[in-house]
Amino acid sequence: MFVYADNAATTQMSAAAKEALCAGMEQAWANASSLHTPGQKAREQLEAARAQIASCIGASPREIYFTSGGSEADTQALFSLARAGARKGKRHLISTTFEHHAVLHALEALEKEGYSVTLLDVHETGVVTPEQVAAAIREDTALVSVMYVNNEIGTVQPIREIGAVCREKGVPFHTDAVQAVGHLPVDVAADNVDLLSLAAHKFHGPKGVGVLYAKAGTPLSNVIYGGAQERSRRPGTENLPAILGMAAALREACDSLPENTARWTQMRDRLISGLSAIPHSRLNGDPVRRAPGIVNFCFEGIEGESLLLLLDAKGIAASSGSACTSGSLDPSHVLLALGLPHEVAHGSLRLSFGAANTMDEVDYILETVPGIVSYLREISPVWEALETGRQPHRI
Amino acid sequence: MLYSETVMDHFQHPRNVGKLDDADGIGEVGNAKCGDIMKMYLKIRDGIIVDVKFNTFGCGSAIASSSMATEMIKGKPVSEALALSNKAVVEALGGLPAHKLHCSVLAEEAVRAAVKDYYDKNGIAYDPAEFCNGDCACCHEHDVQQN
Repeated sequence: MFVYADNAATTQMSAAAKEALCAGMEQAWANASSLHTPGQKAREQLEAARAQIASCIGASPREIYFTSGGSEADTQALFSLARAGARKGKRHLISTTFEHHAVLHALEALEKEGYSVTLLDVHETGVVTPEQVAAAIREDTALVSVMYVNNEIGTVQPIREIGAVCREKGVPFHTDAVQAVGHLPVDVAADNVDLLSLAAHKFHGPKGVGVLYAKAGTPLSNVIYGGAQERSRRPGTENLPAILGMAAALREACDSLPENTARWTQMRDRLISGLSAIPHSRLNGDPVRRAPGIVNFCFEGIEGESLLLLLDAKGIAASSGSACTSGSLDPSHVLLALGLPHEVAHGSLRLSFGAANTMDEVDYILETVPGIVSYLREISPVWEALETGRQPHRI
Repeated sequence: MLYSETVMDHFQHPRNVGKLDDADGIGEVGNAKCGDIMKMYLKIRDGIIVDVKFNTFGCGSAIASSSMATEMIKGKPVSEALALSNKAVVEALGGLPAHKLHCSVLAEEAVRAAVKDYYDKNGIAYDPAEFCNGDCACCHEHDVQQN
């Protein structure tokens, strides 16, 4: 059996997305800025895609800016709000410790320019509260940025309530919703967000294309300079085939959201209950406030990369936040943000669902993981130390 | 692929994995905080390593490096085991990615730590400077270069 359970990393394009993308390459290849007939037809398709994407997230079409993906959208959102704040003497930025690196590294870059950054604690549960945000906001706060769904552990943040706090205090609010759009009902108006980032490849659309939603009146600065595309805020000839693929994928994801949510929730809960039966295992993140498609566990005494390789040999594609898979010295900053010790964070496993996953696949995962965990524990000196009492169990 | 066929073979079918209850020398190196610990058990008769086993907590290359190192020293005189270099382990594995070279250093150090333990237990004199004191770069850093 082959099980692709790494949909939070990326998804396979859906048939509808591929069809729309290919049709775009064949029929809508003209430059949407050209005055001739093929150019104007491309323009019509571009605007139709914009309207369709806007309707899926409760936005108006003129609030949708096409980007190269989530990282660009995050970068532009943060730099725009920071610059706008600085013009009014506001140089304080608020975010959380477990954001995606697209946000954290953009904030680091802004910090080097003289902004001050407050990163809110996400607690053991992986959830930040509106009260924390309210307490952190100062007179000189230029922005608040909190991710909608954490990409590693799947916890859902109280975006609507945080947005309400920001509105009340008059601070612009950005959310990185890359893991949320297409997986949860997202409505920019009801959620009180001013800026939102999304990426097509997380909901069965193509890679290299995304959206920055900017509420009308939100000042945007350029990250890229050039022509008048996207109201001059995101110059560069639009990647229309990819945009058409994204629109088709999002339409499909939004239409099947109730059905997928019900199915994924059942699958997720069976997976969580099955993996919890492994001794000294731990579900990472709040057990209730979580996206239907992401499950993250730590297994004490083993290391994540070897677990992934053995799962791969059994046909299961997953991911881990271990240092060895991140290519750096430290394990995942998200798991460390939850307060997990390094040695526990090394033994993490993330399984994430997409449209094609089935309950049979969950059962196969549950048949496979416990044996691999026991085998790796058998050969682990760390497990030996834990079991002989030389070191205390942490989970 | 990240790893060579030999690395994958030694990772998926590690040689000499396990423990020796009556080991003459046991060496443990690494740091769980950094994500890898190796424990090496040696059985020594008349200066020859007659049996060797290992336990490893770590990534694929850490397990493969331990496995390869045990194969390279089994049946060999202690003096040859001490001469085992991380470079030789890497070569025998058909190469390791640059950011995984520290795993081969750990394997070399685990063998040396086990020999040192054997010397200590049997009152055999040695120069302490020749051995890892458990606090060298390989126990703390992941950026050890191939040397």
